Amino acid sequence: MTANSLDAVSVDAGERPWLVALRRLIRRPGALIGLAVVIFFVVLALVSPLVSPYDPLATDWRAVRKPPSALHFFGTDDLGRDVLARLIWGARASLMAGLVSVSIALAVAVPLGLVSGYLGGVVDGLVMRMVDAMLAIPFLILAIALAAFLGPNLTNAMIAIGVAQTPIFTRLTRGQVLAVRHEDYIEAARAVGNPHRRILLRHILPNVLAPIIVQATLAIAGAIIAEAALSFLGLGQPPPAPSWGSMLYTASHFLSQAPWMAVWPGLAIFGLVLSFNLLGDGLRDALDPRRG
Amino acid sequence: MSTFLLRRLALVLPTLFFVSLLVFGLQQLLPGDAALALAGEERDPGVVAFLRHKYHLDEALPVRYVLWLKGVLSGDLGESIRIKRPVRDLILEKLPVTAELAVLAIVIALSIGLPMGILAAVKNDSAVDYAATMTALWGRSIPNFWLGILLILLFSVEWGLLPASGFVSPAESLSRNLATLIMPAFVLGNALAAVLMRHTRSAMLEVLSADYVRTARAKGLSEAQVVLHHALRNALVPVITLGALEFGELLSGAVLTEQVFTIPGFGKLIVDAVFNRDYAVVQGVVLCTAIAFILLNLIADFAYALVNPRLRG
Amino acid sequence: MINWRTLIATCLFGFTLSGGAAVAQTLRIGLAEDPDMLDPTLSRTFVSYVVRTALCDKLFDIGLEQEIVPQLASQWEWTDDKRGLVIKLRPGVKFHDGEPFDAVAAKFSIERHLTMPGSTRKSDISAISRVEIIDDHTAKLVMSTPFAPLLAQLATSAGTMMSPKAAQAAGENFGSHPVCAGPFKFVERVVQDRIVLERFADYWDKDKIKLDRIVYLPIPDTTVRLANLQSGGLDLTQVAATDLDTVRKDPRPKLAAVNGIGYSGITINVANGERSKTPFGQDARVRQALELSIDREALNQVVFNGEYQPGNQWVPPTNSYYDKERPIPARDIAKAKALLAAAAAPNPVVAMTVTNNPVVLQTAQVIQAMAKESGFDMRIQATEFASALQLSAKGDFEAFLLGWTGRIDPDGNIYNLITCNSPFNDGHYCSPEVDRELDAARGVEARVDRMFHYRIAAEHLLLDLPIIYLYHPKWLYAMSARLSGFTSYPDGLIRPQGLRLD
Repeated sequence: MTANSLDAVSVDAGERPWLVALRRLIRRPGALIGLAVVIFFVVLALVSPLVSPYDPLATDWRAVRKPPSALHFFGTDDLGRDVLARLIWGARASLMAGLVSVSIALAVAVPLGLVSGYLGGVVDGLVMRMVDAMLAIPFLILAIALAAFLGPNLTNAMIAIGVAQTPIFTRLTRGQVLAVRHEDYIEAARAVGNPHRRILLRHILPNVLAPIIVQATLAIAGAIIAEAALSFLGLGQPPPAPSWGSMLYTASHFLSQAPWMAVWPGLAIFGLVLSFNLLGDGLRDALDPRRG
Repeated sequence: MSTFLLRRLALVLPTLFFVSLLVFGLQQLLPGDAALALAGEERDPGVVAFLRHKYHLDEALPVRYVLWLKGVLSGDLGESIRIKRPVRDLILEKLPVTAELAVLAIVIALSIGLPMGILAAVKNDSAVDYAATMTALWGRSIPNFWLGILLILLFSVEWGLLPASGFVSPAESLSRNLATLIMPAFVLGNALAAVLMRHTRSAMLEVLSADYVRTARAKGLSEAQVVLHHALRNALVPVITLGALEFGELLSGAVLTEQVFTIPGFGKLIVDAVFNRDYAVVQGVVLCTAIAFILLNLIADFAYALVNPRLRG
Repeated sequence: MINWRTLIATCLFGFTLSGGAAVAQTLRIGLAEDPDMLDPTLSRTFVSYVVRTALCDKLFDIGLEQEIVPQLASQWEWTDDKRGLVIKLRPGVKFHDGEPFDAVAAKFSIERHLTMPGSTRKSDISAISRVEIIDDHTAKLVMSTPFAPLLAQLATSAGTMMSPKAAQAAGENFGSHPVCAGPFKFVERVVQDRIVLERFADYWDKDKIKLDRIVYLPIPDTTVRLANLQSGGLDLTQVAATDLDTVRKDPRPKLAAVNGIGYSGITINVANGERSKTPFGQDARVRQALELSIDREALNQVVFNGEYQPGNQWVPPTNSYYDKERPIPARDIAKAKALLAAAAAPNPVVAMTVTNNPVVLQTAQVIQAMAKESGFDMRIQATEFASALQLSAKGDFEAFLLGWTGRIDPDGNIYNLITCNSPFNDGHYCSPEVDRELDAARGVEARVDRMFHYRIAAEHLLLDLPIIYLYHPKWLYAMSARLSGFTSYPDGLIRPQGLRLD
């Protein structure tokens, strides 16, 4: 017996797969770094009022577009606001953009995928054709059209991104349901007379969650970039509220005079997205029974 | 095989119908009055009324949908209200530009992603593997419009090596054409390179542990020959089919890249048209890309089915 | 054996090659956006106007002081109490297709502007009821009411002359290959990429034209446009006020600046629907308080590095129609607070609609911060341009931060924006006294007489404040050191006469 099937045996014997996965996750340095950075940004977002050196909305006419100095570590922006303060507070908007968008997508897609995969037939066919239609349109274009439709603000950007991500999750969930639908334990549950809802929630859902979680982590990364992209086009969080995407939008017009306005938000987005990607990759490897 | 083909084709039709509904709905339901937006600063009521009438903006939504669909089925995708040119002409003009950008991006992605993926698979779980994975992650995580702006600042403004924007057609001057496209293609390509690298790595890992590879090694073939001739050939199939599905991502990336580098392609056409409420343009272009994507999906499915007869059932 | 003929031919060939390549007279101009149509009758964008300046000549043009100068018309004379204008047309002028320019062509062009469906020029010259042909090179424009600004209107797109033969043949598609009588003729256009024009050999004023070709390149991103100029990809472009410092630091490009004719201001909803029923919309004192909270000089300094012109009327302070008795009020928070107290609205909430454009957003935020000190709670609502226009027309706004590109004649900056029921009086301000004065100003020609009426109108408008004027943009150009002979005009158009590349 190889080590892999030993693990498989221990799963069947009742050890929660989550603990197994967690153990594997901790052994991967990349995932740990990703997790650490994500936690750092989350904490930063939570305690921003405490650590921010200035009020992110405080304008100062005499300190417009000043380069980094002892007074302003990352410089000031086009209205004299401290870039570091806006960066710290902006973590909230970017994290929310990532988390809320994906939550919206999951809230719609997972039930839809479950039902569609379970019921099959005409319902499944219809749902999948609509999903295919949405997938046929490039993600950003769909998001742009939705955001323009709803109006430029952070909430609408999140809704737009969330809706644009729904088809991927629907297809993923449904695929997973199809894979386990005919497994023995499902057949057994049905034979015993369990109602469909119980089968879906108690038996099927826990077994399809793993790839969804992996995809969700990666999707958060994508959502953060998408929010920045929408803001860059003028469709995201409008001022004066701080968000990394809208900071990049304003900064792109002062690139040669005040490059620090663009560098830090860009690096922040890059850092946060990179860590979510690291975490997601780590989760994928940890939850994949083939990899050790 | 032919029933599989027919079945897949039959499924495409309802998808296309939904695509047309989605594309039309997204545009027409946008707030803001197109006639007002395109009537110019004077907003002459006569002009506004004329535009409304000419482009059927005063008719009910279902009527407009049917009119548009009728036009599409007969090859007429409508006209750009802003520039007064047929959408079909605009598409035919812009398509080669974005296509060339995409091809260059794919070439760059392959030249970065394939070797890195092979290397990572061969030296699995070593420092090289981790370094390659990190580099790939870098490509996926960096906001591409930001990267583009930084590249312009460096290569055009600071060093004056490459043009900051614009496009020169290859017919006019191949060298200048490549000079205008190299930066945007790199920006587009490095995200794709990351994806390709990951696919190549997993495919190669699968293949390298297969029986026929062990046989090749046992026969005494050099490692390089084993990797490049036997393993790679078989690993390429899933890589390419998966890569074809990244077409949508490529187009998404092209939207922003073309904005930053002012490349007159599809992406730029769509963004400007959305903001100008130039309905017909957005509808026509998105419909075309959707059809192309669906076709690519079909081809990928067939390729899978050819390799894996189990899937045909 | 040397073939002398081949040798000489080769030498001559080489000589012409080098001679031709010595001075490449192709000017590359950067534009802020891609023009819409190039049809003078249908086009709606300013950048299209810029391109058409090199392509199409008009009946009149303006000089540096905004005075009317002849272009395709050589002389003019008012008749019938300003209800008739007799124009003598310049002889020997040809269109790009070789057709002669005469009174028939002039009549055709004006009628096209007046009657073509979708014409955006109609409201500019709607006062013209008919065009009479007196002889081959004389035409008479007959007006229904006296209209002094007519000359200024004919110095804009509404006075553009087009070849009747080409326009009739192309109909609606004239814009894809316009045929006019300007110094350059149309070669090609690649949408969103470039527009190429080539010198017209038979131009009537050809001695002033030194360039062989002009290429217009639309590059919306100001940073990229500037980068192109600095790296040599462009020869001439307009720059944003905040880019001036960067350009100044670079020794290569040259700068030029001129006062523009437009303005930027806050349009207030005073009578258009439900949203006008706020203290801000109903009580002039609240609006005056807002005006007194704004330090226009500081605004100019912060947003435009001090490069633009602060203003408080519909024409800039340097304009001869500016009422010098009513200068820009200084910031006065105490007085603003007193006014708000008197109006019983110490903390008015004002929703300011702005379009999604970084400069406009920045301006709004500065105003928001300044107004806060007197007690205003200003909420900024960034809206996409197309939606904002519709909301404004419907009256779904309280304050709208908006600009007007400006017209040569002061009437063009005020009449259609403030008179009762005019097309873009979105705030629905209506004052019969103001209307009376503005109408009267249209009926007289002498500046002194018109100022008399404008002064009375200003007295009302600067107290009622349906629009709070903030500043007047300047036209700022950066150009390569190789370019000489550039003159900047107040209407922001790039005239090719005199331009040369060294």
